[in-house]
Amino acid sequence: MSLAEFLSRNVGELVTLTLEHLFLVAVSTGIAILIGVPLGILLTRKPALSKPVLGFANIMQTVPSLALFGFLIPLNIYLFHVKILGGIGARTAIVALVLYALLPIIRNTFTGIRSVDPAIRDAGRGMGMTDRQLLFQVELPLALGVIIAGVRVATVICVGTATIAAAIDAGGLGRYIFRGLRANDNVLILAGAVPAALIAIAADLALGYFERTIQLGRRTRRSAKKIIIASVAVLCAIILIVYFVVGGSSGRIAVGSKDFTEQVILGEILAQTIENITRLQVTRRFDLGGNLAHEALVAGEIDTYVEYTGTALLAILKSQPITDPAEVLRRVKQDYAERFKVEWTEPLGFNNTFAVLVRGDDANKFNLKTISDAAKISPQWRAGFGQDFMSRADGFPGFARTYGFHFAEIREMDLSLTYRALAEKQVDLIAGNSTDGLISRYRLVQLEDDRHYFPPYDAVPVIRRVTLEQHPEIRAALRQLSGILSVAEMRKLNYAVDGEKRPAREVAREFLETKRILR
Amino acid sequence: MNNADTAIEFHDVGFTLPDGKTLLSNLNLRVQEGETLVLLGRSGSGKTTTMKLINRLIDPTAGEVRVEQKPTTDWDPIRLRRRIGYVIQEIGLFPHLTVEENIGVVPRLEGWAPERVRERARALLSLVGLDADRFAERFPRELSGGQRQRIGVARALAADPPIILLDEPFGALDPITRREIQREFKSLQRELKKTMIFVTHDIAEAFVLGTRIALLKDGQLVLLDVPAALLRSAHPEARAFAECFYDAQSTGSSG
Repeated sequence: MSLAEFLSRNVGELVTLTLEHLFLVAVSTGIAILIGVPLGILLTRKPALSKPVLGFANIMQTVPSLALFGFLIPLNIYLFHVKILGGIGARTAIVALVLYALLPIIRNTFTGIRSVDPAIRDAGRGMGMTDRQLLFQVELPLALGVIIAGVRVATVICVGTATIAAAIDAGGLGRYIFRGLRANDNVLILAGAVPAALIAIAADLALGYFERTIQLGRRTRRSAKKIIIASVAVLCAIILIVYFVVGGSSGRIAVGSKDFTEQVILGEILAQTIENITRLQVTRRFDLGGNLAHEALVAGEIDTYVEYTGTALLAILKSQPITDPAEVLRRVKQDYAERFKVEWTEPLGFNNTFAVLVRGDDANKFNLKTISDAAKISPQWRAGFGQDFMSRADGFPGFARTYGFHFAEIREMDLSLTYRALAEKQVDLIAGNSTDGLISRYRLVQLEDDRHYFPPYDAVPVIRRVTLEQHPEIRAALRQLSGILSVAEMRKLNYAVDGEKRPAREVAREFLETKRILR
Repeated sequence: MNNADTAIEFHDVGFTLPDGKTLLSNLNLRVQEGETLVLLGRSGSGKTTTMKLINRLIDPTAGEVRVEQKPTTDWDPIRLRRRIGYVIQEIGLFPHLTVEENIGVVPRLEGWAPERVRERARALLSLVGLDADRFAERFPRELSGGQRQRIGVARALAADPPIILLDEPFGALDPITRREIQREFKSLQRELKKTMIFVTHDIAEAFVLGTRIALLKDGQLVLLDVPAALLRSAHPEARAFAECFYDAQSTGSSG
């Protein structure tokens, strides 16, 4: 499908995402102006503060956005019973964007005022202007062009950074980009990236025009003043109304998911099951990047999502790898109950672990069943591994040691590309995910982990204890999902979304219907 | 001299920077109401410092400056400055305001009605010899140096202050425009009868405009007298300026 075709078929969604994007940018830039300009003015009055404040703003710009989100989500700060900081969604995205936008605005306000000719300042003071009058009648009008240049830079930064907001369910064009990255679909990536770039260019041109108009002075000056006052007023109003309203979906059950296809399908399965069996209202908060789903669960921003036992053990509890599935489940159950007040319900039935894969014809030719079989002929083979597998605790080094692998060559590449590389005979062995839909599509064979090297990654819905206490009926609903999904079935569902490009919601509904959970 | 006519008085005034550098020491002088006192001296002699002590842009570190019999430190600085017109080199005009708005700054600060500010600005434009209809709406960058300087003077006069400070107001002009403006300024002086302090390093200008001349050197008052007395003085600094004056005269007559 071409980009134009995709966009014309999805106009409605594109408009929604663009509006969400513009909303994030406008509110964040607006708040950054309301904070940054007064702060910049303060720095010109108290120059001793300029180093620490500008230094702080500088550091904020260098913090990676996912790290910033990870820090903001667990916060729980209220002002008059309204949550102002923390959680997932637009609120946190806006806070992060404001932090990124602050530096250029503070810096330009500060230097803009400082660079007003001292003789002009002296003239104003000598004529009997108070500090306030000097500021509003002389310094700010003269610095306005420089300040607007700062706002312009901040806006462009916000347009770009707002694409990452999709990682914490704040919407925007980043949704297309993340979806595209996940499905390795360039059309989807462009569907998000091109409109975002166009917004950035448009904002840059518009503010650039505004900046020049102001510097030219003359008669446009008064209208510029009016425009500024009006836009500040409108911004304040929007910010006040919207900021406190966003994410306010109390009294509903929030189902989350991580940011890959399987998780979105599982999120839909959880959500539709709860909706249909308990008749509770469900909010979907999908596509949470990194470990943000866990953070959001602990912070109470979502009530439930599907976690993998091995991920919980290694990435969240930071334990050493254990290979016995029952033991792993016992450990995470106990630790989650104590540390997070979160309950593990019953496993869905499949294990999404590392799958050591070879081509089907190779498996026949060499009669390969287990990983040990492959290790014997590995010196003639080339392997392709994702960056993640090369570096993690249960990844390549231990794997090679356990089975005695010595490859002729190892190529490190993006995980999604390894399948195609294997199918096209550029490599001979890869470590993929056992539930990946591409396994059946490329007729790959998964070798048995006969030495039990990989920890189990059993998929299990996790849910906050508080939620279960308030709505005990959810427990019964989730029990229906126990053991419902085999690895083969999960592969099929993944392929329906990734390969056949069908919506996750529809795929999940169909599956639940065939299992007679939905009627 | 009668105390009641004293507009400005310096009493043992000194000014030393925080880093210990003394810009002015032991200055005593009185400025009569209605006179034009020229502060003459080389660059760095303390002229501008003396000026800034009058409108309290700085406070003396020793002694006392009195304006209208009251020490400047007892004045509210804002009230004090609005009673004193201030002209600095052309750059002091606000580049983002029109000519009319520039002239009207102090009246507006004083809360005059907009219509009155407008009328006043136009009247002052004619007073300094500029056509109000042509110039009122222009911005400073659209004017010549001489025009800008006239606006500077008009702005200082706007709220009709009894005292006017002029810090090398004509310094950046070409010699011909400079002579012209000095002549106009002289007649303005006669008409307005304001107390003026005029800073310059040009002795010819000091002769044309000054009722009396205060000659400064390295932050000290060397001489305070009528212009003619400067030419007779035996002080080396006065002789240096006097020679400069004669040179200019002779080149002027031979050329």
